[in-house]
Amino acid sequence: MSVETKLPYDKEYINQFSKDNNEPEWMNSLRLQALEQVDTLELPKPDKTKIGKWNFSRFKHLAEGEKIDSLKELPEALQGFLDEENTPENLLIQRNHSVAYATLSDELKEQGVIFTDIFTALKEHEDLVRRYYMKDAVSVDEHRLTALHAALMNGGIFVYVPKNVEVKVPLQVIFWQEDPEAALFNHVLVVAEENSSLTYVENYVSYNETEETLANVVTEVIAQNNAKISFGAVDNFAAGTTVYNNRRGVAYRDATIDWALGQMNEGNTVSENITHLVGDNSLSNAKTVTVGRGKQIQNFTAKIVHFGKNSEGYILQHGVMKDSASSIFNGIGKIEHGASKSNAEQESRVLMLSEKARGDANPILLIDEDDVTAGHAASVGRVDPLQLYYLMSRGITQAEAERLIIHGFLAPVVNQLPIEAVKNQLTQVIERKVY
Amino acid sequence: MAGSTLEIKNLHVSIEGKEILKGVNLTINGGEFHAVMGPNGTGKSTLASAVMGHPKYEVTEGSILLDGEDVLEMEVDERARAGLFLAMQYPSEISGVTTSDFLRSSMNARREEGDEISLMKFIKEMDSVLDYLEIDKNMAQRYLNEGFSGGEKKRNEILQLMLMKPEIAILDEIDSGLDIDALKVVSKGINKLRDENFGCLIITHYQRLLNYITPDYVHVMMQGRVVKSGGPELAQRLEAEGYDWIKEELGIKDETVGQNA
Ligand SMILES: Nc1ncnc2c1ncn2[C@@H]1O[C@H](COP(=O)(O)OP(=O)(O)O)[C@@H](O)[C@H]1O
Ligand SMILES: [Mg+2]
Repeated sequence: MSVETKLPYDKEYINQFSKDNNEPEWMNSLRLQALEQVDTLELPKPDKTKIGKWNFSRFKHLAEGEKIDSLKELPEALQGFLDEENTPENLLIQRNHSVAYATLSDELKEQGVIFTDIFTALKEHEDLVRRYYMKDAVSVDEHRLTALHAALMNGGIFVYVPKNVEVKVPLQVIFWQEDPEAALFNHVLVVAEENSSLTYVENYVSYNETEETLANVVTEVIAQNNAKISFGAVDNFAAGTTVYNNRRGVAYRDATIDWALGQMNEGNTVSENITHLVGDNSLSNAKTVTVGRGKQIQNFTAKIVHFGKNSEGYILQHGVMKDSASSIFNGIGKIEHGASKSNAEQESRVLMLSEKARGDANPILLIDEDDVTAGHAASVGRVDPLQLYYLMSRGITQAEAERLIIHGFLAPVVNQLPIEAVKNQLTQVIERKVY
Repeated sequence: MAGSTLEIKNLHVSIEGKEILKGVNLTINGGEFHAVMGPNGTGKSTLASAVMGHPKYEVTEGSILLDGEDVLEMEVDERARAGLFLAMQYPSEISGVTTSDFLRSSMNARREEGDEISLMKFIKEMDSVLDYLEIDKNMAQRYLNEGFSGGEKKRNEILQLMLMKPEIAILDEIDSGLDIDALKVVSKGINKLRDENFGCLIITHYQRLLNYITPDYVHVMMQGRVVKSGGPELAQRLEAEGYDWIKEELGIKDETVGQNA
């Protein structure tokens, strides 16, 4: 079988797409230059996972989505992501490649907070977007998929919090791929200026069990001096979607970026979460959970790079593997020369629920500085028979005991999600994936 | 006759191919408190674990019956639902599972589907037992046994016992590591359960606990067998004189398992 890798979208198409969206000139040329690089750049090479034959070229680029007037119009499955009691004040729902619903509190608007889709941002906040778009975090030419992303970007959001503004209520986005064949080249750009803070939570959902398509997501999170960003996500693309997800953070002096990622895609996935601790005293907690099932193949990288002195990076990855799913968990703590007094810690735990599943934890510490502390812990194991015995000795069935142990294993990340409804949703997704 | 009856007959148990119990006979009826005493390494925990169905312990001979039903045919959870309870010497720590979620699942496990305990009622019951055992209410929200002190783990076992109200309970070294105040509280909890429907087997290598809980019967284990049985006076004699006189009487040199008389 020959694998078709030729891109179905050419220069003219992209040029027209950009013009249809009234994009600024620099964006148009960024796209076209990226397209030229697609053929010369190689696919990324995630450690121990071959992605050469994955579907990165068969997809439909564009699908409109209808607006909704009320959240009640959403399918029930999506309503689960929303807090029933109080309607979210700050919510954006992207349906295919259109905005279906968007709301931002007056208070935040008055404080200058921007929370809008990427195409509107390109028109209304062109300079800000231009300042950050694929500049400090992710570059266009890292590999073929970043270039493809830049050329074909067809959705996303821009979040901007001005200096000294503290956003106390979470900002929530639902990226809903309703069209089963539509690909999502989503770009999330979150910028927190000096002394600001925010909590951002996103959900990716699609329902394409059999139709194949792809998601190529680039997320750039910038925390300026002393800013604090708490970033939560539940990824739940259906089995037909091949996913490349690149979430990258840059933290300047005294800044914090905390990640809580529920990586619950059903299809083949490469997901990397990298934070650059550029400034002195910067901090990142990167927590992820995943459940692999069926035949899905996944490769996760959690990486924190220390440049600033006294910077701290903590990686925690927990994965549950069942059926014949296979996952690689790369944990990388890198301390650059000069980043003295830094601390790089990581922990990767994989719980295997079947004989045929595969889970590898690769802890890596790369250290170019003497005056630092670092540590790693990794384990791949099965449900502890003594824990099962203890729970069952209280009358709890084996199935229920396993359920408790698995939820308990994933709890450190699930509990970290800042919106109760999203936390419950993740718990339900876990439930569905495990049983 | 009220309550349940647990009959242990000629029980032989091996662990990793090594025989630990070599023919234990013991019957516990509802309303009775039995104490099993004996120095360390004589097979007391092995007896408790075999009754509950610990995965590492293999019964090679003999039988265990609960009200005539074959316990050895039951899975661990079925044994619990049939009315058995074991307060473990070394309870597991389970990260991410709160004590309160676990307690609620446990209480519901013995109820019919559709007849689960309501959240309100559960909290009320749990809180009253927490108070009774002088346990800090925060414990309910902590992960099960994770980071608990030795004493907290023991109290947690008794908390479970009191909430689950089994017919027959085995308490394995529930007193070890407790200071005198904790020992009194734990004893108070156990004594509260005493009635004609509740039978209890208290394992200890120490007579101290029996100052607070008076047993009806006392058994001494050595070399994987019950070597002597009697009333509460037996425990008192052990307190006063130690185990040597029994060893002498029976001609035992080394009382631990693996040695033969
Ligand atoms: N997990 C085990 N593996 C091997 N031997 C064991 C294990 N548990 C207990 N034993 C052996 O069984 C004997 C009895 O142990 P146990 O029943 O725990 O005694 P007790 O509770 O009376 O102190 C001891 O000699 C001990 O070495
Ligand atoms: Mg013991």
